[in-house]
Amino acid sequence: MRLITHNMLQCHVKGCTTNNFPLQIQDAELETLEAEFNPGFVQRLIPKLHWGALYHTAVSLGIEDLPEQMPEEVTEDLLRAIHKVALETRVKEGKAVCLGCGHVYPISNGIPNMLLQDNEV
Amino acid sequence: MSGGLPTPEIGHITRSDYRNVYEPAEDTFLLLDALEKDGDWLRRRSPTLALEVGCGPRRQPCEHAIDRPRCADVVHGWRRSGSGCVTAFLGQVLGASSALYLCTDINAFAAAITAKTGAVNKIPVDSIVTHFAVGMQQRIAGAIDVLVFNPPYVVTPSEEVGSRGIEASWAGGVDGREVIDKFLPLVPKLLSPQGAFYLVLIKENRPAEIMQHMQDEYGLAAEIVLHRRAGYEGLCIARFWRPGTVEKQ
Ligand SMILES: C[S@@+](CC[C@H](N)C(=O)[O-])C[C@H]1O[C@@H](n2cnc3c(N)ncnc32)[C@H](O)[C@@H]1O
Ligand SMILES: [Zn+2]
Repeated sequence: MRLITHNMLQCHVKGCTTNNFPLQIQDAELETLEAEFNPGFVQRLIPKLHWGALYHTAVSLGIEDLPEQMPEEVTEDLLRAIHKVALETRVKEGKAVCLGCGHVYPISNGIPNMLLQDNEV
Repeated sequence: MSGGLPTPEIGHITRSDYRNVYEPAEDTFLLLDALEKDGDWLRRRSPTLALEVGCGPRRQPCEHAIDRPRCADVVHGWRRSGSGCVTAFLGQVLGASSALYLCTDINAFAAAITAKTGAVNKIPVDSIVTHFAVGMQQRIAGAIDVLVFNPPYVVTPSEEVGSRGIEASWAGGVDGREVIDKFLPLVPKLLSPQGAFYLVLIKENRPAEIMQHMQDEYGLAAEIVLHRRAGYEGLCIARFWRPGTVEKQ
């Protein structure tokens, strides 16, 4: 799971409506992937990002490349930083934990599992 | 077949992998052909987010296809299709670094192979194990530019629908419509203003009725991009989009 994907995931346990995003990454084993830098694409991606979630998640994983506030001016340096954090950082193993209800979504082999057991739906 | 672009490499999928997933066949190829045919149309929209639901490879009796050269090649050589193949191909059509490629499947094994297929084909693919887009829906609502679903469309008894195993790749229940009909209401929620949705259907699913329904219920325009009579399946690829946002070629 790259951090861009994590930025899209939200807890969906029945009745869990507050504090269900972003999921907190725990026990993470991180890896770096190389991806081709395409400034136009990163620029188009910005409006789809939840900046606060990306920033705080990165910080929680010890990644300090992003400014806390999304700057007004989009520079190439900023695009490169977003590229590195969101598109090249991957959680290989770990858990994504909902801070609202405590549900744990496992991440294994780089893939998050968002399915609930039948009794949780 | 897809004249211009090579079909994604899936040599990493072994025969034993295929025991747990869905073998590629005519429907997959028709979908690839439709995406390639629509390539310019799609690229003009600079898609940013793509989502393939049910990205797993297929496994389904396809005897009718075995004597057809392309499918035989698939059955024996594995090179032309497989899990994640559709998204890897879409990545070639749109450009590896031009869009985010999200893939979901309820089958965890399928999701894992999809990620590998992406890597082998140098398309960054993010796979997620889930039902449709559950767990992402809120965040990607109104943001999906290219949505693709080759659903379980085969007419089967209702009891076979909804497992998380191999039957889930084909079992469509009554008229083959049970999974499709559950998915359709999500389409207008997920599509961006310029988004397009590609759906594989067979004639038993009554494509014309589905297209009319999407128009009446959600105001989505619909068109058959390609159809082919493969054995008895009567396959077609339908495309749905918001009219007025997409000019005709
Ligand atoms: C017909 S196969 C499509 C295979 C491949 N994408 C292709 O086009 O060759 C259907 C796939 O949908 C998956 N599937 C079935 N129901 C689903 C659901 N509710 N959510 C996500 N995936 C589902 C199955 O596991 C299977 O991998
Ligand atoms: Zn929760």
